[in-house]
Amino acid sequence: MSDAPQPRASMTPSEQKAEDPQRIAEFEARIARGESIEPKDWMPDRYRTQLIRMMSQHAHSEIVGMLPEGNWITRAPSLRRKMILLAKVQDEAGHGLYIYCGTETLGVDRSELVDQLLTGKAKYSSIFNYPTLSWADMGVIGWFVDGAAIVNQTVLAKASYGPYARAMIRICKEENFHKKQGYEIIATLANGTPEQKAMAQDAINRWWWPSLMMLGPSDKDSPNTAELIKWRVKRKTNDELRQRFVDITVPQAQAVGLTLPDPDLKYNEETQHWEHGAIDWDEFWQVVKGNGPCNRERIAARREAHENGRWVRDAAEAHAAKKAARNQPAAA
Amino acid sequence: MAEERATSTDTLLEYCLRLGDDRLILGHRLSEWCGHGPILEEDIALANIALDFLGQASHALEVAAAAEGAGRSADDLAFFREGVQFRNLLIVELPRGDFAFTIARQFLFDAFSVHLMDALQKSAEPRIAELAAKAVKEDRYHVRHSAEWMVKLGDGTDESHTRLQNAVNDLWRFTGEMFLADPVDDAAAAAGIAPAASTLKEKWDAVVNDVFARANITRPADEVFMRGGRTGKHTEHLGHLLAEMQIVARSHPGAEW
Repeated sequence: MSDAPQPRASMTPSEQKAEDPQRIAEFEARIARGESIEPKDWMPDRYRTQLIRMMSQHAHSEIVGMLPEGNWITRAPSLRRKMILLAKVQDEAGHGLYIYCGTETLGVDRSELVDQLLTGKAKYSSIFNYPTLSWADMGVIGWFVDGAAIVNQTVLAKASYGPYARAMIRICKEENFHKKQGYEIIATLANGTPEQKAMAQDAINRWWWPSLMMLGPSDKDSPNTAELIKWRVKRKTNDELRQRFVDITVPQAQAVGLTLPDPDLKYNEETQHWEHGAIDWDEFWQVVKGNGPCNRERIAARREAHENGRWVRDAAEAHAAKKAARNQPAAA
Repeated sequence: MAEERATSTDTLLEYCLRLGDDRLILGHRLSEWCGHGPILEEDIALANIALDFLGQASHALEVAAAAEGAGRSADDLAFFREGVQFRNLLIVELPRGDFAFTIARQFLFDAFSVHLMDALQKSAEPRIAELAAKAVKEDRYHVRHSAEWMVKLGDGTDESHTRLQNAVNDLWRFTGEMFLADPVDDAAAAAGIAPAASTLKEKWDAVVNDVFARANITRPADEVFMRGGRTGKHTEHLGHLLAEMQIVARSHPGAEW
């Protein structure tokens, strides 16, 4: 629980600096054969860095993602909904913890990663910088945001790095449940009173475009993609994932009689895909740069929890040390 | 006969409202920590405990609603009653405070609840016995969790010790209400629905004294005890909690969620 970064046995910089072309070739051959890369295996520095970046971003997204939904736990309109939402947000904390642990296998300490989040050095998913304004947002987040996450993570479950791939398999199972409960909220609202239906439509209008953006910048603006795909850290490009998400979601919206806020949305018989209108990438980059509606609030909330928790972590550490000292004479 | 039946219905209804409201309000307070805990592991643990309490509350309020027989559901009882109609202990409605306050409140309540649920397993009312059989297992974990943190905070640093001792001092006057019997408790005990409240005190004392000793916490003197929650005389805090908890449900009466 120390705040200082701790060196790890798996991090052997001298080994990594070598970057012997033959070793890289062997590594890439393993990936090409579909083998899983495990923590103790040799890997190029760049592979390790990219994975740490991606995995920690993912973990941070789970943790920051607790906030917009946590905002409605105390106002959930029925006991059942309250319990489901609380369980969902708890799952996200669990995912965060699990992925932080997975990232630690790459030789970086969780406290170091948390510091990167709190100082703004590390990114998290842009979607969580939007505000949750009504109960219907809990439905749309499950349906769209968890839906988009599933599209992304189903593919990541076949990623080359073993601990990440295994984490994705486990997490996807829970995300499927999250998506289901979200869609169920929306379906219930859509069949409810006129006010409830309007609430659902309003939430869809606000979350649709940010959800498309959350799958990442367009391929032409995604500098990391080619390398990540070569090393099977990613399996599909952002645009491919976005297309899959749109294809899945459009019929679901139709099924509950709600509309997606895109006048250009149309089905292409030839490609058999739903084509969406232009995404406002300026908005996306503004949010990524920290100028979204809630960026400051989200980080402030995380910092506050971290600062308020400092004395608790110190106490736990002090108690553990005292306990160890008390036990020592008995053990000797 | 009709009158007797009415009395026992009222007793069961009142008793289940108490069981349910304690756990609903405490679960709600705990859920306020979600996303704001001192350590990720505690975010998970507190949410887990909140979920257990909300599940227990849901069960107890269903039994209450059935006993009432007025066509109301557990949700109606949770979301459409006024503050003065709530029957929870005052201790559970106090604002969550800092982590020391939350832990101290949990511990003082958990040490009570675990023995209550243990005894309720033998309730003459099968739906309560069923609730208790599940709840007692959950409560055993809860009291272990809160007692461990009592020791960590009490034994940890000067700051954590001071915070915990202050929390215990502030909470102490709210603990007496757990063991004060009124006519509802007496009737529930007479009907075999529940143990006499006073029989839990000795067991609670034993747990509290043991953990206080290990946490180096001084047990406050029994002076004035606050009471009123069981008859709807609450602190001012409950109204604000309910305003938040009930806002969506009450804005759409009759809606399904």
